[in-house]
Amino acid sequence: MTAETIIQSLASGLLMGLLYGLIAVGLALIFGLMDVVNFAHGEFLMIAMYATFFLFAFFAIDPLLAAPLVAAALFVFGALVYLLIVRFAVRAKANAGMVQIFSTFGLAIVMRGVAQFFFTPDYRSVTHSWLGGKTVSLGGIFLPQPQLIGAAVAMAAFGGLYFFINRTDFGRALEATREDAGAVALVGIDKNKVFALGWGLGAALVGLAGAIMSIFFYIYPDVGASFALIAYVTVALGGFGSVFGAFAGGIIVGLVEASTALMLPPSLKSVGIYAVYLLVVFVRPRGLFGSM
Amino acid sequence: MDTDFAKRRRRDLIVAFCLAAIAAVVPLFVKDVYVQNIMVLTLMYGALSQSWNILSGYCGQISLGHALYFGLGAYTTTILFTKFGVLPWFGMIGGGVISAVIAMALGYPCFRLRGHYFAIATIVIAEIALLLIQNWEWAGAALGITIPMSGDSWLKFQFARSKLPYFYFALGLVCVAWFVTWWLEDSKWGYWWRAVKDNPDAAESLGVVVFNSKMGAAAVSAFLTAIGGAFYAQFVSYIDPESVMGFQFSLLMALPAVLGGIGTLWGPMLGAVILIPLTELTRSFIGGSGRGVDLIVYGGLIIAISLARPQGLVSLFAPKRKEATR
Repeated sequence: MTAETIIQSLASGLLMGLLYGLIAVGLALIFGLMDVVNFAHGEFLMIAMYATFFLFAFFAIDPLLAAPLVAAALFVFGALVYLLIVRFAVRAKANAGMVQIFSTFGLAIVMRGVAQFFFTPDYRSVTHSWLGGKTVSLGGIFLPQPQLIGAAVAMAAFGGLYFFINRTDFGRALEATREDAGAVALVGIDKNKVFALGWGLGAALVGLAGAIMSIFFYIYPDVGASFALIAYVTVALGGFGSVFGAFAGGIIVGLVEASTALMLPPSLKSVGIYAVYLLVVFVRPRGLFGSM
Repeated sequence: MDTDFAKRRRRDLIVAFCLAAIAAVVPLFVKDVYVQNIMVLTLMYGALSQSWNILSGYCGQISLGHALYFGLGAYTTTILFTKFGVLPWFGMIGGGVISAVIAMALGYPCFRLRGHYFAIATIVIAEIALLLIQNWEWAGAALGITIPMSGDSWLKFQFARSKLPYFYFALGLVCVAWFVTWWLEDSKWGYWWRAVKDNPDAAESLGVVVFNSKMGAAAVSAFLTAIGGAFYAQFVSYIDPESVMGFQFSLLMALPAVLGGIGTLWGPMLGAVILIPLTELTRSFIGGSGRGVDLIVYGGLIIAISLARPQGLVSLFAPKRKEATR
């Protein structure tokens, strides 16, 4: 194993990690806002990938151009999921935690079924795109362009999110609702509207990630499951309630995955991620940056 | 003088006995193998969910990684039988003991965690075990292990055609799981667990050793789950890592208890009786096309029940509150 191989894989791990962060941040945002873990998060990613695929297949729209459209569509979808399902789940008087887990888990199963029904279980891929298969060489290190752009998009999204939460009225309303959902009603903030927009925003972010990922991943009805687990670990590693934690968690997960793959057979690369999660929470039961 | 609670417990026991007796004669009249198969699965999920309910329902430690113990039970008995010729009856107990010990070893660090951090830890631990077995050549790796059939035998607990032995074993397992729950509910453990679930800090301050009571719940729960896993391995005579240790399976195991009524005596069984036949029927009648309609129905049902009855279907049977008698 040369130094070059190590740098090479850490570099691709870092890029992938930023994308993991982008996938996870929507989950972190929703959790931070209302303490709900969305068990259909992976399926949000899955429909974003399908949406990108069909925009490509029918209208020859490149995934990069499709990304904002897909994010917008997912925004609407996320808000609807809140209004039609989650709104009632959080109202449950008994077992609220389990009701949230299993109503979103039920949604995940329905979404997989719908995807199978309309799109069949076949594997699909965006066969040619502006970036697909291209690499950039930086001093002997080869970086795939789609991942590079994905990482850039992820960083831009995090920057935008930071600005949005801290500098806009809606962001302040979001923060206020998260602090005390009861009290905001007194100052005229409609809690439901904020939650719906929060779900929309969370879904839009994972939509962005899905559009980028469809350039270099196969698309099939169960594709969300494997990424969803990584997303939960990413969020928990960073600490629930912390959007910055999801960003940091994503980078750590990407780097750990890449270094595990150097030492163990590729099929065991996730073991490293899981082991690091356990190690972190055994030492710090709130995750790295968790507040609660 | 009898309290309402004591009366209820005696009535529960009588009802359970009657239901078990009725269940025991059903397969004498229902000879259809397909239906018998569904009945076996229903009983098995009932038992598994009842076991899960002890740790997650009564003690409130939401485990989303119980597939680990199920898989351990299935793999222990299968490996002992196929590699060393140990009869499944011993393998079953062995698997149960190993699972209980592992549950406590894992509980030692994990029970410090709370809420989602705990739930996710249970997921990733099960997932690590899954990946390790998938890469373990000697244990069959991703392909799994087939249990060789050598004719009907109670000793080897394998039957080529008849489902009846499996049915009665599963019924027995449900009864044991139910009875253990019934018995623990009114023991000091039961009271500790509910206290730990409601408010661990307050429980600790009143002298409940929170950590030990979580460990106890984990051990009982893991032991029973592993017996279920060993049974499943014998029942289908073929196991592979994904089907006995996958994450989905952990959720499926919890589902009957959640929909039936989490932390209740009857919830898991009620949930299983409704959910499992429905799952199997939708799968065979509309799932054959492979087009996912069964998933849509199944998922829709989960959403509908969990939203409409957050306290579980068992609440439909709850007696009217008697305010005056108190």
